[in-house]
Amino acid sequence: MSTLHTVNKSPFSHSTLASCLSICQPGDALLLIEDGVYGALASSPQAEQLRAVHAKGVRVYALEPDIEARGLVGRRLDEVELSDYAGFVRLSSELRCVQSWY
Amino acid sequence: MKNLLFVSRHAPYGTGIAREALDALLGASAYGQNLSLLFMDDGVFQLLNAQNPSKLNQKNLSANLPALPLYDVENIFVHSESLRARALHADDLVLEPKLFKVISSQEVAELMNQQDQLLSF
Repeated sequence: MSTLHTVNKSPFSHSTLASCLSICQPGDALLLIEDGVYGALASSPQAEQLRAVHAKGVRVYALEPDIEARGLVGRRLDEVELSDYAGFVRLSSELRCVQSWY
Repeated sequence: MKNLLFVSRHAPYGTGIAREALDALLGASAYGQNLSLLFMDDGVFQLLNAQNPSKLNQKNLSANLPALPLYDVENIFVHSESLRARALHADDLVLEPKLFKVISSQEVAELMNQQDQLLSF
């Protein structure tokens, strides 16, 4: 009964990631996509909150093509795993529901 | 019967997202599913009373909200932290208190986990 949360907005200009992090629960997964991948940076305003939900048991991913496109490959937090498009599809089918935070 | 939760997180009028959420919700009501509606983040601004978008040539979105129970949408939820962050209180809202339930972040998470499908607006 878990949820896949996707976030597509930069945490430097939107509160979308903050909202998502306040709702996600252990067992859920979070996938950063599009400009949401800036949330994988250690300098993100939500970096501490992201680490905290990861420590509680929320898996955190970022979409690799979006990370690569933005030059963030070597800059992401250790807690953030990379996912390709096939991984996005796997997560969408593995978890019961998808909540798109945009 | 499926449990469908419509999550409405955007303010009215600036974009069409809030209207689309209500249109989709009313559309879904024709199919006899178990429908719930959650207002959170800027979506709680949809509930402000005294809205008048006539000079924008748009319809008043809030006018439809009190009629939702007639469309079998009886589970209306409002996120408490979103109200608090915007200093909104029950008497600022277009819905009578008996028509909705104010819920915490923890309760939002539980509500999402009870659904067969989330529709994110």
